[in-house]
Amino acid sequence: MAVAFLVLPLVGLVVRAPWSTIGPQLAQQEVGQALRLSLFSATLATLLSLVLGVPLAWVLARSRIRGRSVLRALVTVPLVLPPVVGGVALFLVIGRTGILGRPLYEHLGVTIPFTTTAVVIAETFVAMPFLVISVEGALRAADARFEDAAATLGADRWTTFRRVTLPLVAPGIAAGAVLCWARALGEFGATITFAGNFPGTTQTMPLAVYLALQRDPEAAIVLSLVLLAVSLGTLLLLRDRWLGRGVAA
Amino acid sequence: MKTRALLVLPAVAALALSACGGSSSDAAGTSSSAAASSSAGDLTGTLTVFAAASLTDVFTDLGDQLMTDNPDLDVQFNFAGSSALATQLTQGAPADVFASANEKQMTVVTGAGLQAGDPTIFTENVLEIAVPQGNPGKVTGLADFGNADLTLAICAADVPCGAAAKAVFADAGITARPDTEEEDVKAALTKVQLGEVDAALVYATDVQAAGSDVAGIPFPEAEKEINSYPICTLGSAPNPKAAQAFVELVNSAAGQKALADAGFRKPTS
Repeated sequence: MAVAFLVLPLVGLVVRAPWSTIGPQLAQQEVGQALRLSLFSATLATLLSLVLGVPLAWVLARSRIRGRSVLRALVTVPLVLPPVVGGVALFLVIGRTGILGRPLYEHLGVTIPFTTTAVVIAETFVAMPFLVISVEGALRAADARFEDAAATLGADRWTTFRRVTLPLVAPGIAAGAVLCWARALGEFGATITFAGNFPGTTQTMPLAVYLALQRDPEAAIVLSLVLLAVSLGTLLLLRDRWLGRGVAA
Repeated sequence: MKTRALLVLPAVAALALSACGGSSSDAAGTSSSAAASSSAGDLTGTLTVFAAASLTDVFTDLGDQLMTDNPDLDVQFNFAGSSALATQLTQGAPADVFASANEKQMTVVTGAGLQAGDPTIFTENVLEIAVPQGNPGKVTGLADFGNADLTLAICAADVPCGAAAKAVFADAGITARPDTEEEDVKAALTKVQLGEVDAALVYATDVQAAGSDVAGIPFPEAEKEINSYPICTLGSAPNPKAAQAFVELVNSAAGQKALADAGFRKPTS
């Protein structure tokens, strides 16, 4: 039942796809542009999430700071927030008239909305919690005694983290990164709100699909299939790599 | 008042629906239903109206009026971009009335043979430049949309306001340099209200509805690309009698006054 529920909509897409005209549809310049932008921005958002999210996950899992549960609740806010609201919230902070955005604009002339940077920020905002939660889970499951042992053997905190903790939780980080990447790739609401929609700079695949749906549902189906194929392909490829490495180790 | 449509119990709606089923066959006569709409309480059941997003305020008021006149009638609206509505209708969404923001999207519906009678143009709307209060980008006219230094929003070419914008730029010989192509006119307006763009090309009615956050700059080139709004009842309408009454209300003096008050124009043809 669950599998059917999840898979049948995909089957619908495949069945209704206009296979005869799929070639010319794909050849449109916009498709390649949107796909490239999607892959680029989702990857960048994942890297950004790794840099910012792993330390945050460590704090949530290992430190004993006050208000940790509040912090954890705050991290999950983007998960429950409708992405469109997230987009508006980003405007209010780093938009041209936002709390931080206004001084940025007035003194440096920098505007973030409607740029590729805005796409990456919107995607990171929505997708990073997935990474943080996965990594935190992995850190909690990992045995902290290894770290203690390393410490007693004279390793400093950074060495312990780098040589003991990170390898221990690598599969968790990898899983979190994949989840984060997938979420970023499919991101729609925050992106169209905060980054707008312009071919080449901010029109990612989900935005292209939505707008194609207004004009030509068949084109939207084709675009959806492309996005699906690319994301599934990437995930399968990565999964094989990691599984292989996991078995070897 | 505006939330009334949402408050009606589904069970009541279902009962009312089945009650009106029998009367649907004799609803073709337009003169009799015109009389029916004025004599209170004649219409029953649920009336579902699919209307362009720009009609939200006016149609909600007209729907309230129709429900006041007919206490047993429940009017439900689906407001969205006309192209999204046309897609929903061709995909089989059940509705009684369709009001589109341009003739092209109406053609999508009539092309699929979904109309009950020929669509009629009931109002017109022109584009206007919307700027945030204070006009930070010092926008004066349509030519400013060619200025790459300004942050500008237009609608995507696939939705009616975007199609009109594209035509206006083509007529004026201006190469527009927008920073974003929004998915519908309200989204473009929101960017102005938030002060994130220096200008957006929206409908005159949207500027009026936005209130004091937004100032409108009419421009002469807009007159060449007037959006005509067609309305029609649908062939598969579950409630054709009420559908007819709603279309007549829109075309009535009261309906036309409500549209004019919101900044819409009387149709020229």
